[in-house]
Order: sequence, then structure tokens, then C-alpha cells
Amino acid sequence: MRKTTPSQDFIRGIWKENPVLIQMLGLCPALAVTNTVKNALAMSAATFFVICCSSVLVSSCKRFIPNEVRISAYILVIATFVTLADMMLQAYAPVQHKELGAFIALIVVNCMILGRQEAFSAKNNVFRSLLDAVGTGIGFTIALVMMGGFREILGTGSFLEYSLFGPNFEPWVVMVLPAGGFLTLGFILLAMGYFEQRRKPAKTEKAEQAA
Amino acid sequence: MSDQTLFSIFFSAMIVNNFTLAMFLGLCPFMGVSARVETALRMGLANIFVLVLTSLSAWFLNTFVLESFPFLRIISFIIVVASLVQIVEMVVKKLSPTLFRQLGIFLPLMTTNCAIFGLAIFQTNRGYGFLQGIVFAVGAGLGLTLALVLMASIRESIEFSDVPGIAKGTGLVLIIAGTLSLAFMGFAGML
Repeated sequence: MRKTTPSQDFIRGIWKENPVLIQMLGLCPALAVTNTVKNALAMSAATFFVICCSSVLVSSCKRFIPNEVRISAYILVIATFVTLADMMLQAYAPVQHKELGAFIALIVVNCMILGRQEAFSAKNNVFRSLLDAVGTGIGFTIALVMMGGFREILGTGSFLEYSLFGPNFEPWVVMVLPAGGFLTLGFILLAMGYFEQRRKPAKTEKAEQAA
Repeated sequence: MSDQTLFSIFFSAMIVNNFTLAMFLGLCPFMGVSARVETALRMGLANIFVLVLTSLSAWFLNTFVLESFPFLRIISFIIVVASLVQIVEMVVKKLSPTLFRQLGIFLPLMTTNCAIFGLAIFQTNRGYGFLQGIVFAVGAGLGLTLALVLMASIRESIEFSDVPGIAKGTGLVLIIAGTLSLAFMGFAGML
């Protein structure tokens, strides 16, 4: 494995290896609960809590976890923290909890969290695992808020429930419906592909010739 | 106990609230194994099998165990799903090595397939009984299969068309999925 500095561990997850937009992990929450920015923020906060706590626990306990059962052990750790997050949201933000519904419990099966445990926390010390988790969590938040922003602004004409365009705006209802989630992420990926292609014209041509 | 009729549960899970296209559950296999129709179909069938087993186990846990320990729900469900997937993996490996190779990493990844875990959670939240749970699972599984097969057939025919460079890959798949989802929305008022 390539050696990285602690700052690289932190920065990598935010954009260059963004979990949602580049690695396509954790798509289920990214599409399902981003119909408003508020929901996206609540979901990101819960996921952030779970990924940080699990990374710290997994990296500090890595010596005691036998290699054969490591995946099950990671899932148990994650499930424990998801239960905690679920209960805390229910206690402190019951409205958001009701809005997100089953999707809080579904953080357990977010491949992004399990992926970070297996790929990073199991091999690195506590401090660097925490940095990695925080970076990935921020990357996840950026992606979710970006999608939530697009969908809420176009779908209801408001941002964080603050009306932007006045009463004459005709909302694009499709954006807050399930189809809007697919379309938004699809168009974001297309835009990213476009900029990537413009930035490296030579490289893309080579790849096309090879294909 | 929910008082929905069996038919409305079945139809709602399969078409109106299709797990993949309306609730975004099970997107990993939807993106990953939807390149060939045949593989997609088999993946769908494997999913139906696991979903029905999960529904049974979730009902059993809810009725006999979790009543006194509701806070253990998430943990016990994920353990049940993980062990079920392990069993299915062994069975598939024994019965059809070809299928095992075709499904590849997506078979063990069923553990972290939101559709299966989600089914257990939704079933609990809506208070479905034994029979309702099974019907819900079969409906959801058929819905997943339908979405997978539709997607795979579209992708098979799009393979030969001239797609602009930036749209190759996931971006295009997502936009097709969005269009499919729009089509399924046509059923929204039916129930």
C-alpha cells in the first residue's frame, strides 16, 4: 500500500475520492433522502456520527478481531452506533426522525461505512482512521447537500425552507419525486464527466482508442 | 397488524412503490449486474429467495424475541440477513457454479443490500403479519427483478448505439433509471 500523510488521509475523502460522486458508494441514502436540504443534513449528520465512532472503535480494537470474522464484527460495531444514532435522533429531533423513517436504520447497510472500515481503519492507527472517517463524512455531506440543494431549489423554489424565487415560480415537481433523485445524480455525473474530459483531452483520446 | 389486503400489499410492493425505482433500495446490484438480461434475471430470483427467507425470520424475531428488546432490532436483523446470505451463497455455489461466478462479488454484497435489510425494517414499521410479510417479500422481489430485467434489456440494446463520451458509464445508467422511475410513477394513483 502506498504511504500517505495524515493530511492526505483527510483530504482524499472530501473530493478526489468522494464516496458518493466518485466511488458510487452509499447511493441509497444519497438518492432517497435528498428531496430537501434539511433531510440531507440530518442524514449526513447521522452518517457522520456512525462512521467516525465505528472507525475509532474498529481501529482501536483491530488487534482483538480475528481475521475470519472481521466483516461480521465491523457490521456489529456499525449496527450498534446506528442504533445509538437512531435513538438520539428520536429523542432530540423527532420531526426529522419521522421524516427520514426507515432510512436511519438503513445506514447499517451503507457500503461506504463498511468500505472505510475494511480498507482503512483495519490497517491504520486511531488518529489516522479518525481523520479518514472525518474526511469521508465531509465528502458524503458535500454530495448530499449538493443534491439536496439542487432538488429543493428546483423542486420547491426554496432553500432550507426559505423561499428564493417568490410566488410566481412554477416548481419542477419531478425533482422532489424519486425520479428527480436519479436524474439529478445522473446530470451531476455527466457534468463531472464533461469537466474531466475537457481537463485531460489527450488522456481521454488514448482511452477511447484503447476501447 | 396492518389491515391492508394481500393484493394491495403485493401490487404496491411490486409496481407502485417499486423497491428500486421508487425507494432506491438495492441500487448496488441494479448498477452492477444489469449489463446482461440473463444474469439480471437470475440475480432477481436469488433476491426473491433471500427476501422471503428474511421476511420469515423477521416475523419470527418480531413475534417471539424482540417484543421485550426493541432496541436490539437493527443488530439482530443485520445478523439474520448476514447469515441468510451466507447460506444462500453456499447453496448457489453447490448447485450452480456458473451462476456463482456470474454473480461474483454481488452475492456476498447482498448482506449490505439495502433491499433485504429494508424489507425487514419496513415490514416491522408497518406491522405486517405472517402472510402479509411473505406476500410483501414476493412482491418486492418481483419488483426488483422487473426493474433489473428492464434495465438490463435497455442497456443491452444501448450497447450498439453511439453514446457521447461523457455519458458512458454510470451517468447514463442513472438517467435511464430516472426515466424508468418516471414511467413507474404513472401507477402512483392506482392504490
